[in-house]
Amino acid sequence: MDWEAFVLSIELGGATVLGLAPIALWAGRALAYGEFRGKGFVEALIALPLLLPPTVVGFYLLQAFGRHSPLGQGFEALTGHLLAFSFEGLLVALMLVNIPFSFQPIQRAFENIEPSVREAGAVCGLSPRQVFLRIELPLAWPGIVTALVLTFAHTMGEFGVVLMVGGSIPGETKTIAIAIYDRVQAFDDRSANIMALTLLSVSIAALGITNTLSRRIGRRRG
Amino acid sequence: MADTLSSERLPVRAETGREVVTFEARTASPIPLDLAFSLRAGEVTGLFGASGSGKTTILRTIAGLWCPARARVTCNRAVWYDSERRIHVPPHRRRVGLVFQDYALFPHMTAAANVAAALTHLPKAEREARARALLALVGLQGFEQRRPAELSGGQKQRVAVARALARDPEVLLLDEPFSALDRAVRVALYREIEALRTRLACPIVLVTHDFEEVARLADRVIVLQRGRMIAEGDVGTISARADIPIIAAAAEAGTVLVATLVEVLQERRLAVLDTPAGRLLAPLFDAAPGARLRVRIPSRDVILADRVPEGLSVHNALHGTVAEIAPRPGAVADVAVAVGDALLRAQVMEDAVARLGLVPGRPVVALVKSVAVTVPGA
Repeated sequence: MDWEAFVLSIELGGATVLGLAPIALWAGRALAYGEFRGKGFVEALIALPLLLPPTVVGFYLLQAFGRHSPLGQGFEALTGHLLAFSFEGLLVALMLVNIPFSFQPIQRAFENIEPSVREAGAVCGLSPRQVFLRIELPLAWPGIVTALVLTFAHTMGEFGVVLMVGGSIPGETKTIAIAIYDRVQAFDDRSANIMALTLLSVSIAALGITNTLSRRIGRRRG
Repeated sequence: MADTLSSERLPVRAETGREVVTFEARTASPIPLDLAFSLRAGEVTGLFGASGSGKTTILRTIAGLWCPARARVTCNRAVWYDSERRIHVPPHRRRVGLVFQDYALFPHMTAAANVAAALTHLPKAEREARARALLALVGLQGFEQRRPAELSGGQKQRVAVARALARDPEVLLLDEPFSALDRAVRVALYREIEALRTRLACPIVLVTHDFEEVARLADRVIVLQRGRMIAEGDVGTISARADIPIIAAAAEAGTVLVATLVEVLQERRLAVLDTPAGRLLAPLFDAAPGARLRVRIPSRDVILADRVPEGLSVHNALHGTVAEIAPRPGAVADVAVAVGDALLRAQVMEDAVARLGLVPGRPVVALVKSVAVTVPGA
């Protein structure tokens, strides 16, 4: 078991969830309630990482993070090290890849709140902020948790993008998914097996949580 | 005809309350609205019309949930909405009670919490007790801790009413509040609302496409068609308007009269009512003299004669003059008879119109076979 890789994966997953949560909450709600031109196009763009092969996403991100791009140059001037093959670069890449996993459940959760229920909040004298905190958030909560759990689990298991953007630097970019590949290459099936089982349990736990939560929504509506 | 009562009438009590809400809207799209009206204290106004006539849009405009391109709404002299001056008081700053068609209860809160959510104007410590009191008012003691999913349709409606009253509203709006309920529950809730209205000073607006609700609950009716007011007046006058298709088509067409119980004739098991159409005898019911009532006379149960016949079982024979005759499909005609201050609708065969020589202005006797009395709040 590569504990360094395991801890790194947990850190990366946690950081991705923390970084993405406020953005996803804002964007998911805006997509649920906002009507604007090009909404369909934006929604398609958000779903794009679901269809694109991770290596393709990784390749473009590598181009964007590299020394020849303004983004890469800017980051290097600011921090003194390269964005590609760094924890920060990996974090940005994983946040981008997880946009559909986090935005969509949150958007659906807000969409599922009856418009009249939100209106009733306003008619009851609740300010828009109070309606958000006391009505929308509690009702959308299971969807929000689902989004964050999915994002965490997906981050733990992401392989293609991590390999392309991060390489395999121990303690910096070598996640558990990469470590499994590493161990298999080295014919160390025992270590690979332990780590694979760890990822399997994380995924099953994530599914368990999301299923329970979606059933809870169903019960409440009944 | 011993049972015939004299057509001597008492003066009709003037029910003109203070003007609370004024409404005016002139927009063509997306939802056409072209009307102006006001709502008075203590008065129930029925907004009656087919779906798509703009009833709900009017309610939403009063509540601040909809902003027509050209409209003006004031409440107790404060401007709530004025498209010209770009004034829009947001819904949470208007003191409005709104019962939504689907009730729109907060599904994650208990009944008590639903009501307490609308009590933000009270100190936190007082909210729970007030919520309990409001739930008790609508007959929901013991249901405080139930969530909406654990309540029946009628109970949900009661919670919605309690929540709408919680803000101590300047105007109470009811958007088809009975449409999702079955008949038995509906009748029980009519009584609830009837009882409530006597305790409320604010104007009440009832949006409905069911004329029975208007007949039972409203003092005044505004008939809407494609955003325009095609008729407006007290329930009695409007219910007699056979020329308005939607009124004439209202299933149990008839006349609604506001009545006062004058006296109870115990030995004859009859009640004497004073109505704008004169005195009426009705079967005995449980109410004290002086009680304000609603009397409904189905137009099928009104027989026209050229004089008071003798030896008849009918208790009520009213002298009047033909006001209007409108032919209806199936060789029948709707005859409006002016009796006192009321218009009584009678459905008779076209042949009878010809035989009796009925023309507007001709004196007739209206024989009323049945009188249905509802006692508000009973």
